[in-house]
Amino acid sequence: MNQWKNFSKGFFKENAVFTLLLGMCPTLGVTSSAINGLGMGLATTFVLVMSNLVVALIKDFIPDKVRIPSFIVVIATFVTIVEMIMQAYLPSLFDALGLFIPLIVVNCVVLGRAEAFASKNSPVSSIIDGLGMGLGFAMALTILGSVRELLGSGKLFGNVIYPDQYGMLVFVLAPGAFIALGYLIAFINRVKEKA
Amino acid sequence: MSYILIVISAIFVNNIVLSQFLGICPFLGVSKKISTGVGMTGAVTFVMVIATIVTYLVQKLVLDPFGLAYLQTISFILVIAALVQLVEIILKKVSPPLYQALGVFLPLITTNCTILGVAIMTIQKDLNLVEAVVFSASTAVGFGLALITFAGIREQLELVDVPKGMRGTPIALIVAGLLALAFMGFAGLV
Repeated sequence: MNQWKNFSKGFFKENAVFTLLLGMCPTLGVTSSAINGLGMGLATTFVLVMSNLVVALIKDFIPDKVRIPSFIVVIATFVTIVEMIMQAYLPSLFDALGLFIPLIVVNCVVLGRAEAFASKNSPVSSIIDGLGMGLGFAMALTILGSVRELLGSGKLFGNVIYPDQYGMLVFVLAPGAFIALGYLIAFINRVKEKA
Repeated sequence: MSYILIVISAIFVNNIVLSQFLGICPFLGVSKKISTGVGMTGAVTFVMVIATIVTYLVQKLVLDPFGLAYLQTISFILVIAALVQLVEIILKKVSPPLYQALGVFLPLITTNCTILGVAIMTIQKDLNLVEAVVFSASTAVGFGLALITFAGIREQLELVDVPKGMRGTPIALIVAGLLALAFMGFAGLV
């Protein structure tokens, strides 16, 4: 039960995007379509789970003073692995995400979980925490991506819902990202207040 | 001439915050007051220019000759993290008043994605060293322009009666959206 709570907190109660407001750059930058959001979310999940695992395993050997740089090296290693895998097997997604893949290194969600959770807990619960947080992040990005894609170009995961001349192009562009996220967070705040 | 293009493009057309979505965390986090916005801009400008020069040299003198381009992400983030520490130590010793002004913002900068982003973009765009300096400095100015404008709007926003559910982050994001919309007017300028 406890592990289930540990897993599920990332989706709603401590959702990185909607409640903690972490990792805003990729959230806004890559969500011009649902599939990009999902890809980014899953890439971040992988990095988060692996870095949480490694940090939890090596936490007893790292002197406290060089803790943060060591965590960053661990995270950067996994980001490089993701970058290489994506370039080899998913080149179109790699091009769409572009600069934001190396920038997973400075995603505060990843370093935040390493510091706040994995450096204090067992490897198993760190993996579960990373999985929950990562999938919650992926969920948030997919929701935002779907909203923007639907309003902006009339598609959902690339399937045409309505003809795109009725779409509001601004939602695919930069301003729409801010505005869509603003309304989403307002909506979630409202739901939370009622619950 | 091409330098002017780089400057205008980095400040207005491809504004780092409002059209590239980098540095959103400080943009939302330290924009409650104009004075903190100014301090953050100073710190970012300072670190960004130095970091771009150093990472540029690392790329050209170490990574490229030895065929280690795949270590770019790791080496850049380490260089930046070390550099921020170094800047902090030197500033404390050499210029206490400047340290007082920028000190609290420096630790935050390591995880500011604009620094790493600009370092990587400089390499991707294949700029030379002078262009890299101009590019990083004007990107920092663009960051400052967006941040300080936004902080000014948010200071006024405190006085406005906003619907309850929209208070705080949601209204700030919508204001940022409108600001981005205004900056879209610069598209096509370069």
